[in-house]
Amino acid sequence: MLDPVDLQIIVAIQEGLPIVSRPYALIAGQLGLDEVELIQRLTRLKQQGVIKRLGVIVKHRRLGYVSNAMVVFDMPDTLVQQKGQQISEQAFINLCYLRPRKGEHWPYNLFCMIHGKSRTVVLQQLAELIDRCALKDYPYDILFSQQCFKQRGAIYSPAS
Amino acid sequence: MDPIDRSIINTLQQGFPICTAPYKQVAEGLGIEEQELLARIKALLDSGILSRFGPMYHAEQMGGALTLAALKVPETEFEHIAQIVNAFPEVAHNYARDHTLNMWFVLATETPEQIMPLISKIEAQTGLTVYNMPKIKEYFVGLKLQA
Repeated sequence: MLDPVDLQIIVAIQEGLPIVSRPYALIAGQLGLDEVELIQRLTRLKQQGVIKRLGVIVKHRRLGYVSNAMVVFDMPDTLVQQKGQQISEQAFINLCYLRPRKGEHWPYNLFCMIHGKSRTVVLQQLAELIDRCALKDYPYDILFSQQCFKQRGAIYSPAS
Repeated sequence: MDPIDRSIINTLQQGFPICTAPYKQVAEGLGIEEQELLARIKALLDSGILSRFGPMYHAEQMGGALTLAALKVPETEFEHIAQIVNAFPEVAHNYARDHTLNMWFVLATETPEQIMPLISKIEAQTGLTVYNMPKIKEYFVGLKLQA
């Protein structure tokens, strides 16, 4: 699905877009393409979902979002689709996934992330979430992060 | 950060146009000059409020694989185990969380076949069971943190 030129583009912009008036012309020039072709290819990569999102990636701590909680539910398999959809629509939910349960230590299958400016705010948002999505009958847990040891984006190497 | 910086961050978290003069288009939407937008984005990157300005790739669509994994680490060994885990280049991030499963990290590999051998290696080096929880489904959220 991805040809060698797509891969070159992916590698060329992975560290960031140039902050100049015509960024795509600049990248195209570096790769020996013309601007129109680069724009067409990027548009396609975006449509295909290879590029999930183009834009800014914020350091959430620097914006004051110092409290990051993973909230997990043990949701019956028959309901998980509907509840997952509903949870993901709440404004303060940053990620929402269905994952496998892992036995007695981990009965939870629905995972979501809440980034908040304090634990108090996150707990209020969780209460709101439980209320709005009618989740009170399902076992849940909230895992605040205590420390972040490592954070980096995935790096792609050329010719992979 | 002033209100213009905040509106820039909020706007650019939603996306960035793919066209000949994308900054000009964004600047017009914000009611500022293109040159001012360029200068402010550079300043936000320099100050570290923005970690990156560019694409977020879909690992699986790129042929790669991601998984979320957790360990139950004895408190006294926590620092030591964290060092072992973080030394793997495939570990994208790693958080201590308050639960019996107290260390949570994301693994990113270039191919799906590399996930299980990597997990075995981590288990061998730490002497602990890795709880592997790859996503089965992702529910869409428009990522946005109000600046």
